[in-house]
Amino acid sequence: MNNLYFIIPELFISLSVMALLVLGVFKNNSSNIIFYFSCLIILISLAINLNINITQTIFLFNNSYVVDHLSLFIKSIILISAFFVMFCSYNYVRLNNILKIEYPILILCSLLGMMVMISSNDLIVFYIGLELQSLALYVLASFNRDNILSSESGLKYFVLSALSSGLLLYGCSLIYGFSNSTNFDEISQNFNFQYGVIFGMVFVIVGLAFKISAVPFHMWAPDVYQGSPTSVTVLFAILPKIAALTVFIKFLYGPFINLFEEWQAIIIFLSIASMILGAVAAIGQKNLKRLIAYSSISHMGYALAGLTVGTNQGIQSSIIYLIIYLIMNLAFFSCLFMLKRKDKFYENIEDLSGLSKKHPILALSFLAILFSLAGIPPLAGFFAKFYIFMAVIEKEMYFLAIVGLLATVIAAFYYLRVIKIIYFDPEQEKFDTSMSLGLKLTLILSTSAILMYFLNPNLLNKYITNILVI
Amino acid sequence: MFPILSSLIILPLIGSLFLIFIRSSEKNTSLKYVALFITFANFFLSLYLWNIFDPSISTFQFVENRIWIEGFINYKVGIDGISILFVILTTFITPICIISVNSTVTYRLKEFLIAILIMETLMIGVFCSLDLVIFYLFFEGGLIPMFLIIGIWGGNRRVYSAFKFFLFTLVGSVLMLVAIIAIYWISGTTDVEKLYELGIQEEYQKLLWLAFFSSFAVKTPMWPVHTWLPDAHVEAPTAGSVLLAAILLKMAGYGFIRFSVGLFPLASIYFVPLVYSLSLIAIIYTSLVALMQEDMKKLIAYSSVAHMGFVTLGIFTFTQQGIEGSIFQMISHGLISAALFLSVGVVYDRLKTRQIKDFSGLVNIMPKYAIVMMIFTLGALGLPGTSGFIGEFLVLMGTFKKSIITAAIASIGVILGAAYMLWLYKRVVFGNLLKTIDVKKMVDLNKYETLILSSLAILIIVFGFYPEPLIKTYSTSIDNFINTLNVPTELSLTEKIK
Repeated sequence: MNNLYFIIPELFISLSVMALLVLGVFKNNSSNIIFYFSCLIILISLAINLNINITQTIFLFNNSYVVDHLSLFIKSIILISAFFVMFCSYNYVRLNNILKIEYPILILCSLLGMMVMISSNDLIVFYIGLELQSLALYVLASFNRDNILSSESGLKYFVLSALSSGLLLYGCSLIYGFSNSTNFDEISQNFNFQYGVIFGMVFVIVGLAFKISAVPFHMWAPDVYQGSPTSVTVLFAILPKIAALTVFIKFLYGPFINLFEEWQAIIIFLSIASMILGAVAAIGQKNLKRLIAYSSISHMGYALAGLTVGTNQGIQSSIIYLIIYLIMNLAFFSCLFMLKRKDKFYENIEDLSGLSKKHPILALSFLAILFSLAGIPPLAGFFAKFYIFMAVIEKEMYFLAIVGLLATVIAAFYYLRVIKIIYFDPEQEKFDTSMSLGLKLTLILSTSAILMYFLNPNLLNKYITNILVI
Repeated sequence: MFPILSSLIILPLIGSLFLIFIRSSEKNTSLKYVALFITFANFFLSLYLWNIFDPSISTFQFVENRIWIEGFINYKVGIDGISILFVILTTFITPICIISVNSTVTYRLKEFLIAILIMETLMIGVFCSLDLVIFYLFFEGGLIPMFLIIGIWGGNRRVYSAFKFFLFTLVGSVLMLVAIIAIYWISGTTDVEKLYELGIQEEYQKLLWLAFFSSFAVKTPMWPVHTWLPDAHVEAPTAGSVLLAAILLKMAGYGFIRFSVGLFPLASIYFVPLVYSLSLIAIIYTSLVALMQEDMKKLIAYSSVAHMGFVTLGIFTFTQQGIEGSIFQMISHGLISAALFLSVGVVYDRLKTRQIKDFSGLVNIMPKYAIVMMIFTLGALGLPGTSGFIGEFLVLMGTFKKSIITAAIASIGVILGAAYMLWLYKRVVFGNLLKTIDVKKMVDLNKYETLILSSLAILIIVFGFYPEPLIKTYSTSIDNFINTLNVPTELSLTEKIK
């Protein structure tokens, strides 16, 4: 049954992208208008997406596209965060001369790619979605083309990402060869323990691990994070990670479900390696964006830990982790956007020195965000880890739990170092205080979400509990 | 019913929110009055709580139970005879800290008061919570304000000390978190009352006990993980040291009674030799180290480690006397160490040095100071007639029942305690006045200092002569606690120690 009702958000975005392109061609100086329109389009498609009610899983287009609770929920999350990302970065984009008509359109394209990717139930549809989002992101990474770091990061991301896409495709072809189908459901039925199948699975996992920058496929992340314009870095830190991790869930618990023992060891390794390397390598960093790159590597390790468990609870804990992670990152980058003096943005850790004396409120938000990233109770970041370890310990995987928690102690060190610089070090010149409304609103909302989460944890859990993958 | 415990917990937090919105004037008096008002209100509320508390009931009272995470964790608070005294100690010490702020904190007062008030909320929460997860939240949350108190308002090596404090405590605590989650999956609940009833299977007890121990041992602190304490104490501002010594260390002692012994009695018995030897090392070794200190604060910090050694010793005797003595020792040490740190703060404010060699003959110019300092010194060495005596005496009595050798060695610690405290007093207060001391600066106690130090001195003496109100409050609870532990009494602990 090809009921287009369930894919209206995707259709709406793709039609709007075309309309905006036409508008951009025919109207001069339309970049501002297109930026606003894109925000509006994201909001409208969010509203449409929230209005789709399903009682059972819907299969579309000959079972190659699926709409279920998981995909609907993640799509809403992606749309909301995309809106806030654009909302808070407007000033940055404008002041750095990267507000061209292509900028918002590319973001919309990558959003569309992610939504297709999340809903795919077929290797080919999945690959189309993946490439659509990746291609848009390559361009965005090098969008500040006069800046050598930005160009470098775009190129680096492109070359390495193309390599991983190649591995992924090779894996897909192996899987197709051994299971006679590209459809996820049929693959899972036709899978039996052949070496070719396992090879295919490993290649696919490697390709996906690259997208979420899990160790040992993380090398691109610090350079790309640092080189890209900050408004794109925040995008990198949030959207592709959510989408790719959701696809991880879909693959592991869809076509690969029969190979649970085989992939569990791989994911545990990825998880532990990411947690430890992310924590250790961040210690020496001087640039805040590089720091957050390593921090996000270790956060992905924790999110992966939830997937190793093989229960619905584990998957739900990973999703909660992702949501809290995205709120913390949104808050962190909003703070970064505030470090501006005379239209120049600052991003080194030293620039934060003594921030608490001249900007007490901003420093307080930094404090809450950093302690939350470190996972200290009663902030939201603690609960994210708490749910993950609840799920992990239920299956008596004590080694993973203890290593993960000890890695949080190492990670706490470098977060504390930033706090030390903000609170204990001598003060510097004042930053600008005039901020756009969007930036202020994003920071206030996300920081209060971090601070207030402990008052009512049920609020978030309520939406997660009906996501049942297995 | 009026949620009195929740109000105790939340009142300081509301106060700190209120403080954020107060414009800080130049002299900051309004800030201090608001903070004082709130902490005193909390203190009187806790006294009222003590008044309506029924000491003859052994179960938890004023229990509040609300759903917090659906089908999973409840927000459950309640107190019994063991915890109520710690709540009152907290609400009593906090206003004292705020009064002492007068001369010690000279910059960013508003943030300091906010940190202290949030600290109070968390500390009361620790002593009231009856759910392991809630307990962990309060227990760990205290790291954030304390880290800032040491790091922002501390001395020269404040950054090093703040990091050391934070990371040491965090390493211990994450293992406790694993244990708490494991308990949830083993027993299906983290509700302490239910866990007391259900008990935990024997095969899990030892590992879980060790995980809890790692957290509490760091916080107590026990040898060999005590090294953060001298650093943190020395670098923290006076009010921070007072909070640390008087209350934060007691969280661990309380945790040992409530969780380590309460939840894992069999493992506790198994690990008695470990605890005894670590406690004895703490008592003897840190007393010897204290003897050699040149910094007054460091000396008192090491003496705290030794005194807490008595506390752990007493708890793991599993006798009525031992546990009662431990609790009394904790309360009394809370008062005495707070008083000693405040006394050091008094001279530090005047001369900006804490080195013992920079002081001598203070009795000649500061007679009032010499009197209160004398009382605190005698209290710290456990002279009969001060509260310090009763705690140590009961602990030694309890220990004697179980192991004569241990009690004998611990008694040496009492002598050493007398040695370093009296020697400190002799060097600082007696003798000839040093020429380097500026007499104009060394004025005697002002009215605020007199108020707080004399009130502490009075309490130390009153509880020394008349400990009845404290002991009466907790004796029924402890009696019941020991009886429900189900510890085989004829177990020969002496042999195990050999």
